[in-house]
Amino acid sequence: MFLEKINLLNFKNYEMLDLDFSSSVNCIVGDNGSGKTNLLDAIYYLSMSKGAFGGGNTQHVLHKEDFFMVKGVFQAKDLDYEVTCGYKKGQAKVFKVNQKQYDKISDHIGRFPVVLIAPNDTDTITEGSELRRKFFDSIISQLDKNYLINLIQYTHHLKQRNSLLKQFAERNFVDRSLIDTYNHKLIALGKAICDKRQEFITEFAPIFREHYQELTENKEITALVYQSQFLEEHYADDFRQALPDDLRLQRTTRGIHKDDYDFLIDDHLLRKFGSQGQQKSYIIALKLAHFDIIKNYTFMKPILLLDDIFDKLDDKRMDKLMRKVAAHTFGQIFITDARPERTQTVFEHIDVEKRIFTIAKGEVVDVMEDLN
Amino acid sequence: MIFSSKLIEDAVDQIAGLPGIGKKTALRLVFHLLKQDEKSTVALTDTLLKLRRDIVYCNQCHHISDTPTCNICSSNKRDRTLLCVVEDSQDVLAIENTAQYQGLYHVLGGVISPMEGVSPIDLHITSLLERVAKSEIKEVIFALSPTMEGDTTTFYLTKKLREHQIKISTIARGVPIGSELEYTDEITLGRSIIGRTTYE
Repeated sequence: MFLEKINLLNFKNYEMLDLDFSSSVNCIVGDNGSGKTNLLDAIYYLSMSKGAFGGGNTQHVLHKEDFFMVKGVFQAKDLDYEVTCGYKKGQAKVFKVNQKQYDKISDHIGRFPVVLIAPNDTDTITEGSELRRKFFDSIISQLDKNYLINLIQYTHHLKQRNSLLKQFAERNFVDRSLIDTYNHKLIALGKAICDKRQEFITEFAPIFREHYQELTENKEITALVYQSQFLEEHYADDFRQALPDDLRLQRTTRGIHKDDYDFLIDDHLLRKFGSQGQQKSYIIALKLAHFDIIKNYTFMKPILLLDDIFDKLDDKRMDKLMRKVAAHTFGQIFITDARPERTQTVFEHIDVEKRIFTIAKGEVVDVMEDLN
Repeated sequence: MIFSSKLIEDAVDQIAGLPGIGKKTALRLVFHLLKQDEKSTVALTDTLLKLRRDIVYCNQCHHISDTPTCNICSSNKRDRTLLCVVEDSQDVLAIENTAQYQGLYHVLGGVISPMEGVSPIDLHITSLLERVAKSEIKEVIFALSPTMEGDTTTFYLTKKLREHQIKISTIARGVPIGSELEYTDEITLGRSIIGRTTYE
């Protein structure tokens, strides 16, 4: 599966853009602020139906315009799929494949998978547990629709229970049997989600560990550990018995919305004790494991989007990663870099077909093809 | 929208306050009324006023009614051992139109949703429990919408009713008649596999 061409209209800093891509390596070079990352964002948009870097639809529209359009042609198993996304301010987003609109845009996610490695990814390691849950939830949801449904329901019932706790505090009255009703739902859904998370991490961790070892070549022992109150023996009783605390704080204090994933190196928390280099290797290994998992489940190689990765990795790690590229481990790759000569050097010795796009101020000023 | 007349503006505002009606439709209705004889407007407002003033809710099941006890609750042709619990009066009409049910009803007046400020005390739950305790009801059928709130309400009431020696059931969920299996959404299809019926 790969992206053959892309067509942008009023998307971020691109007024109009028409590009044909290589099915293997595409380098996007240009000065800072020229729009390299925005091009990756457009590709991400075609796959995930939303931008990679947050912000609503309005923020993807070119300044002073009131609509944008992103069009791409993916090729999978020798068939072409034209994906179109249009958005006009004040209207709902329209998402189509081969002229046919989706009933639910969520049905599109996972059809043409991408994996993005971007500079702010280390937030997943350093920030709060929410980002880590989000990272794994988005992978598991793509692989298991039931998981996504359970998660949506859990979140909904959790909001209801929290509203109820607030009402109890205001009215100074507790309806035990109504709380029990929400407890029952949250415990059952929470357990199903917890079991799936545990099952997933058991499958994911060894793949991750292998990538990390390969990237760093050292003997650090890494571990990914899933932490949940619902893994404890008396999780259901603990959940119910937390009611006095819940009432006092007016929110649900136990449950899988408190889960975390510990990223460990030699038994130490990476977030607290890891070096910058370790954190970078860790996040890249996480993303490569993400890539493998999608490949294993869908039999498709996701498109790899590498944003400013050169700045993040030292030469040795970069070399390791590029060897994987040379070994055709990946499918289609898009890679951005502010320094064209560096890209040239890196790819000089790698025997792959590549195309280099030079970008300035939202326009492509040069395309260089190298078939090797 | 700019109106040349304050009278028209007020009328449009009132009509546009109804569900499903926007300002343009409201304006069309206003002009329509003005074109008609004054009699028809009087007939309309009188009917609405009478509806509003005279309508009562059944003192048994809380269904809309012309009399203190509705014609379903007072009928001697209905099966008084069956009680069907629904969200509102429209659901009673929907089930009545199926002609498949001969029991009595109980209208809750909503479903439990703390986020929207609806608690059990805002619904006709006490009267439901009293009815079940005092009458000859043998089975309670829950016919609430298959939403998360509907399910929560069913679950809550089931627990409250469990102390009585009665059968408690909910309406079946599954593939709509006349539709194609492949187009049924996964959740519904999954539920209908789990809740399959034995072929006899």
